[in-house]
Amino acid sequence: MTKPKIADLLNEPGCEHNHKKGQQGKNKACTQQAKPGAAQGGCAFDGASIALVPITDAAHLVHGPIACAGNSWGSRGSLSSGATTYKMGFTTDISENDIIFGGEKRLYEAITQVIKRYHPPAIFVYSTCVTALIGDDLDAVCEAASQKFSTPVIPVNSPGFVGSKNLGNRLGGESLLDYVVGTAEPEYTTPYDINLIGEYNIAGELWGVLPLFEKVGIRVLSKITGDATFEEIRYAHRAKLNVMICSKALINMGRKMEERYGIPYIEESFYGVEDMNRCLRNIAQKIGDEALQQRVETVIAEETAKLDIALAPYRARLKDKKMVLYTGGVKSWSVMSAAHDLGMKVVATSTKKSTEEDKAKIKKLLGKDGIALAKGNAKELLKVIAKTKADMLVAGGRNQYTALKARIPFLDINQERHNPYAGYVGLIEMAKEFDRALHSPIWQQVRQPAPWELSVPPEKVSVGK
Amino acid sequence: MTTITRNKKSVAVNPLKQSPPLGAALAFLGLKGIVPLFHGSQGCTAFAKVLLVRHFREAIPLATTAMTEVSTILGGEENIEQAILTLVEKAQPNLLGLLTTGLTETRGDDMEGILKSIRQRHPELDYLPIIFVSTPDYKGSLQDGFAAAVQSIVATDYGTPIKSNVETFHETSLQQITSQKQVTILAGSLLAPGDVEEIKEIVEAFGLKVLVIPDLSGSVDGHLDDDYNSKTPGGTSLSQLQQLKRSLFTIAIGESMGPAAETLQQRFGTNYEILPRLTGLAAVDKFLWLLAQIANYKSDPDWQLNPQVPQKYQRQRRQLQDAILDTHFYLGGKKVSLALEPDLLYQTSWLLKELGAEIQAAVTTTKSSILKELPIDNVTIGDLEDLEDLAPGSDLIITNSQGKRLADKLNIPLYRMGYPIYDRLGNGSRCLVGYRGTMQFLFALGNIFLELGH
Repeated sequence: MTKPKIADLLNEPGCEHNHKKGQQGKNKACTQQAKPGAAQGGCAFDGASIALVPITDAAHLVHGPIACAGNSWGSRGSLSSGATTYKMGFTTDISENDIIFGGEKRLYEAITQVIKRYHPPAIFVYSTCVTALIGDDLDAVCEAASQKFSTPVIPVNSPGFVGSKNLGNRLGGESLLDYVVGTAEPEYTTPYDINLIGEYNIAGELWGVLPLFEKVGIRVLSKITGDATFEEIRYAHRAKLNVMICSKALINMGRKMEERYGIPYIEESFYGVEDMNRCLRNIAQKIGDEALQQRVETVIAEETAKLDIALAPYRARLKDKKMVLYTGGVKSWSVMSAAHDLGMKVVATSTKKSTEEDKAKIKKLLGKDGIALAKGNAKELLKVIAKTKADMLVAGGRNQYTALKARIPFLDINQERHNPYAGYVGLIEMAKEFDRALHSPIWQQVRQPAPWELSVPPEKVSVGK
Repeated sequence: MTTITRNKKSVAVNPLKQSPPLGAALAFLGLKGIVPLFHGSQGCTAFAKVLLVRHFREAIPLATTAMTEVSTILGGEENIEQAILTLVEKAQPNLLGLLTTGLTETRGDDMEGILKSIRQRHPELDYLPIIFVSTPDYKGSLQDGFAAAVQSIVATDYGTPIKSNVETFHETSLQQITSQKQVTILAGSLLAPGDVEEIKEIVEAFGLKVLVIPDLSGSVDGHLDDDYNSKTPGGTSLSQLQQLKRSLFTIAIGESMGPAAETLQQRFGTNYEILPRLTGLAAVDKFLWLLAQIANYKSDPDWQLNPQVPQKYQRQRRQLQDAILDTHFYLGGKKVSLALEPDLLYQTSWLLKELGAEIQAAVTTTKSSILKELPIDNVTIGDLEDLEDLAPGSDLIITNSQGKRLADKLNIPLYRMGYPIYDRLGNGSRCLVGYRGTMQFLFALGNIFLELGH
């Protein structure tokens, strides 16, 4: 990866992080260096893996020492409806010798062995800090292997030390743009073909949304990359519209596909009734005729009516419950809007990775008493929960034990979660989980002091004869 | 003697191994009031953290020097300094554990020089011991990193105890501490927090004071504290580390703990014994006999008393013998394939062998002298693809959670052991050592076969 290319990605004009800040050019959110001793996030390699590993039938080969793949393989939350090759871990597991003499030969042999035994339709090869530092020429090795075996071998130049997880997402996107998109043609196209970009089918969320598209007559041509096959991404350039979900992660794909193939893009969310409705309407408005728009309205009316009935008992139980929300970017407001649909109150939310546009939405949804958390660590979060007397914390898995150890109900909203929350069905699932977390009988027990710890001891028995 | 085969592949497929820095961080987590600090890029810490959090279902305090491409080229001194100062301010640690990674080892940061100059610039940090260990990712496995960290822990000078350090609420007074016979237990990476808890209980039952390094049973055992912790809430304390030289004897559990035991002998003249395992009747017998002798040790050379073992364990021994009788029907003749780190592989395969099971295949992560003594002709240093090739036809597979897919594919039951275990609860409290732990282990394995109707 060349320096200018990384600088380009950091200055991605499609990202409001960069151009909503007036004359300053770029917002610090993108270029901010992680702070030693305080940083907690993943690296660029982590980000590239998040973006690409969901391609189910490809092999994902990590060129580096054991830490990068050995500590992480197979544990991503993306689900597959078909192939499971992506769940396998492949790494060159380089040794000291490779560092001294260079790891290119070992990498070439590794690619050879993977192709010969597993015959994947493609291999994504990830560079890491160590192999980038010793100067292994990833592009050249991949090129040679591609030609020799007539299998796409795609370099992903994402050494961890070039930046954050977010930058890594985009580096993954660059590999798709440079080597995959536009290399094949779909069997047929329709005027209603869209791509979903940045949806990773965590916990099978996609499956809660795809039936809706089908019902109204929108065809999802390529999923980038949740539950995707390698082939479908190759012909993604034939779609009529790119729908960016969790939009900032792969924004470069949306913008560059517009540039190269003239495909417009919109940024949407699947969380909550409002957002789901808007998503369908916006797509219909962009690509559709009146008939499609009418079908969308019919489906929205049907689904929301069904939803109202299904949610009624939960709304009664969740009404006015207070949550602190701690997550990144788009989710900080999209989940908020879902919570409002359920009658819950978000008393504080993070704005850490949010754009100016996100922040404006957050402000509107928070109301005057809500707290916007610009930064937060575990300690800070607990303080805010105490101050706001919140009933629960909704955050990423990393904060799960922060909440549980403080005996506070918790719901996982990020990557590693086990329940799908997208679409109308997802909202019911989310309501169920909120209800389960808040009304579990365990909270009283884990907060209950032992009898001998009470300031007024319980009644004593008379011991003896 | 077992022959060791190293697979000839250039690619690890479904790796069995985790990185040495992860192992070193795990060892550090067994010290009280510590934050392990990875000198590497953010991801080195993030991946390790996610793995440990998911395995233990606990908040795990790990920090990073957050190296970037530029700071790597310029050298890591500034990042290390900033990380230490930030941690001191945010977490107020009693100890720091600093470890390197593949990135910073490849670059070749002069860590000793860097630490020396940071010490010179910050005399206000003189109170804070920094335990340093070199753990390049590209050399060895979790077990190697863990062992290297334990060796650094026992090689570090913690100064002499000052009174305020010793006066902790739960500990006995200084006088009592010094009058009681103390034993150092070096707890290898084959031991889980629940195992360490059991070992402590056994040693204390002999009237001995026990100093476990590292003591995972206080930090990642899974317990609720009153306050939020940004450093480890329990484990071996600084004041205990300052008492290391007082121990009469070192018992190293796991072959990989040998070098650390040797270091203690060189530093303090403490004799030691290495017990390569603590599961199975004979292995536990040996441990208790050792403790009885230590408990019975007198400076008077003419002492006549016979070493005694507490009644409780004499009874547990009979219970284990009964459990062996009950379970041998189910384990006898069974073919088992294992993929575990060397120490855990040795301990587990010998227990199975002693129950009449047959070891069909053994795969491991890294080289170790103990591998020559396994109850099988050949062991492969390799990955789960190797296990998949070797395991067909066996009755049971023993490896970490990552073996689930291959076990399903081969339709062979899986018993989960090692790191990581994502799909089972209670990894912080499971105990498989001592008479009682061995018994639980045998029942668990026997029940798998009973369930299948074998």
